[in-house]
Amino acid sequence: MKVAYWPGCVSRGFTPELHGSMQAVAPLLDLELIEIDRGSCCGAGVIAEHNQELADTLNARTFALAAETPGELMMNICSTCQGAQSECQERLDASAEYRAEINTTLEAEGLAYEKGLVTNKNFLWLLVEEIGLENLTKKVKRPLTGLKVGPFYGCYIVRPTDRLGINDENPRDTYMEKVIEALGGEVIDYAGVHKCCGFPIITMNKKASLQMAGTHLADATDADADCLVVPCPLCHLNLDLQQPMAAGEIGRDLSMPVLHLPQLVGLALGLEPKELGLQRHVIKPTSVIDWTTAVVGSADGASSGW
Amino acid sequence: MPDYTLRLRRYDPESGEAPHYEDFQVELDGHRSVLEAILQVRGDQDGSIGVRCSCRAAICGSCGVRTNGKAGLACHTHLEDAAKRSKDGENVIVVEPMGNMPVIKDLIVDMEEVHWKKIRRVTPWLVAKEPVPEREYIVPHEAMVDITQTMACIQCGACVSDCLTMEMDPLFVGPAALAKAYRFVGDPRDAEQEQRLSDLAEDPHGMYDCTHCFQCIEACPKGVAPMSQIMRLRRRAGSDFHIDDRNNGHRHEMAFVKNIRKNGLLHEADLLPDSYGGKFHPRAVPELLSSLPVVLRALKTGKVTVKKALLHEHKASPEIKRIFDTVENREVRIEYNLYISGNEDDLADDPSDVGGEAPAATATVTETVVVEEQIVETETEAVVVEETVIEETVVEETPAPVAEAETDVDAPADSEPTEGDNQ
Ligand code: SF4
Ligand code: SF4
Ligand code: SF4
Ligand code: SF4
Ligand code: FES
Repeated sequence: MKVAYWPGCVSRGFTPELHGSMQAVAPLLDLELIEIDRGSCCGAGVIAEHNQELADTLNARTFALAAETPGELMMNICSTCQGAQSECQERLDASAEYRAEINTTLEAEGLAYEKGLVTNKNFLWLLVEEIGLENLTKKVKRPLTGLKVGPFYGCYIVRPTDRLGINDENPRDTYMEKVIEALGGEVIDYAGVHKCCGFPIITMNKKASLQMAGTHLADATDADADCLVVPCPLCHLNLDLQQPMAAGEIGRDLSMPVLHLPQLVGLALGLEPKELGLQRHVIKPTSVIDWTTAVVGSADGASSGW
Repeated sequence: MPDYTLRLRRYDPESGEAPHYEDFQVELDGHRSVLEAILQVRGDQDGSIGVRCSCRAAICGSCGVRTNGKAGLACHTHLEDAAKRSKDGENVIVVEPMGNMPVIKDLIVDMEEVHWKKIRRVTPWLVAKEPVPEREYIVPHEAMVDITQTMACIQCGACVSDCLTMEMDPLFVGPAALAKAYRFVGDPRDAEQEQRLSDLAEDPHGMYDCTHCFQCIEACPKGVAPMSQIMRLRRRAGSDFHIDDRNNGHRHEMAFVKNIRKNGLLHEADLLPDSYGGKFHPRAVPELLSSLPVVLRALKTGKVTVKKALLHEHKASPEIKRIFDTVENREVRIEYNLYISGNEDDLADDPSDVGGEAPAATATVTETVVVEEQIVETETEAVVVEETVIEETVVEETPAPVAEAETDVDAPADSEPTEGDNQ
């Protein structure tokens, strides 16, 4: 399937391994990524905090560009993009009059946003709702047998539930667990699964921010996780890049590898850790790489029971 | 009728026993409330269960509890909905006292110790504007519409219970109190809007301490959306009153906005120093030194290349700049508030009727404030780390007079610029 692909900024800036691993794993999922040209940052909630109309206009523009991009729907790889863009879309879809106002600004570029113009799904949602878990399991070459994975969603992709379309039909706040299982891994439940990594207040209240990251990492460690997996590069910054400082803040040693979702999928689909940029993490995913080398021989070719 | 297992967290400090969970079976329809179930158990099985309630109709705000991990009103939570969130098996409902507040007994928390103290912290009354009129103040209807969302609060404390910043920083003023603060900051009769804002902006545990986690929006049974009110406080403080708080809240916001205007996409390497007022702003130095290891770590792991950290690889298209200029130079800030204006689908009589020509909620703009904005930034010198020039000299001066105002699309026009806004 073809998707209008929105990588966001951080996946090409501070976490280039995310964009890279997404590109590596896409063909294995029969996904064709067609990057949305000329889009701008979604504002990560900060532009909306500054000026709502500005955030709504910039994202209406991105949606309009996405609609011009070939692809059945728009796909992002960042919880924060999903949340910030859904918030703007909710307002844009609510009122014809408001849309008209926004479109006046977009007119000069020949763009316009119509109600419900695009469906924007995070890679996580797309995996479950478009590709399908059964189908995903069929593609697994190296099941994550014995790998204990703790999901970490990021606030923007789980709240508010009504805006994000989380309901009985689409229990999107449980998809990470489902994907981990579909890949053959073991889900680790711990207190921080749906909590906040603290990234938005890192410059304003560093102590509380690092305490958040540190506490969740420590809880996952105590729950015996081998690694965490995140669908959000901003979460990754606070959980991985800042992990040494978070450890200092909570006063205990931490060494918890944090994987991007496409990296975890890629490993199960048979890609090598290096192709997925795992060496670029601050916390070396030793536990994960040891696991891959241990299972590579046994799983290779035999597809071990899957 | 389905059977529910009510797993209550019991704690009685006088008993000397540790907190523990106790199971009770109830047979009730799924659409009945968790409160009804608790009261039934208390009536039939164990009269010692501590729970607070009064109206049983989501009005008094006294029955806040956590059901299967989420805070809300016990009388407003259907058993079947609570059961859906169960992690402990089918039809199990774990009922616990609210979080972030000390437990008095079983499900009763000490609201005074946390919630009410914080509410009082924000001066929750109107400070009358002088001269006090002989009779009533005349205020435009739309000015009051703007604050109805915060007025809907019933002080149940559910948002306080689930606030993730408060979990780490108990001193955080918190969602309910900040929403209450906006109730007065947005009230044209109040004389102390600027003082209220600078107080909450300068407080290290004030409006900039919120981590955007949406927990309060999710928990609130009344649609107050405290986080949205906090963002409105920030807009008022930063854009209308230019309060340059020592928590770097406004600086961070402006650094981000400037960054996107310039690059189109976020350039993280610039963001951190700019958030502290430019690389060599006195307050930036200790922060930069403490965050230097982060940048070095990123360079070391090959996350970012030196080139990427220093050079701007992407430049925003002129279209992005044009959008920034158009929207930011408006005389009024336009805000579409779904709580007030709703979704036209819900408003339309005939659902098939919506789309292009839906009877849109009346939308006009209210001009409340005209202020001048001036951003002057001076960054000098260079820093050398491991022979790598991390920054070059940038001297930038952008005195841009901008007129701005807080606006609700739905508030009909012609309200008077209020005095407080013009300071
Ligand atoms: S959330 Fe982040 S990565 Fe996504 S577009 Fe916005 S700033 Fe860029
Ligand atoms: S968990 Fe962190 S980065 Fe992720 S959405 Fe919440 S605040 Fe953002
Ligand atoms: S959004 Fe802010 S105020 Fe609301 S719960 Fe989260 S941290 Fe607390
Ligand atoms: S804002 Fe909502 S959740 Fe918070 S105290 Fe008021 S009514 Fe309760
Ligand atoms: S008993 Fe009054 S709000 Fe629940």
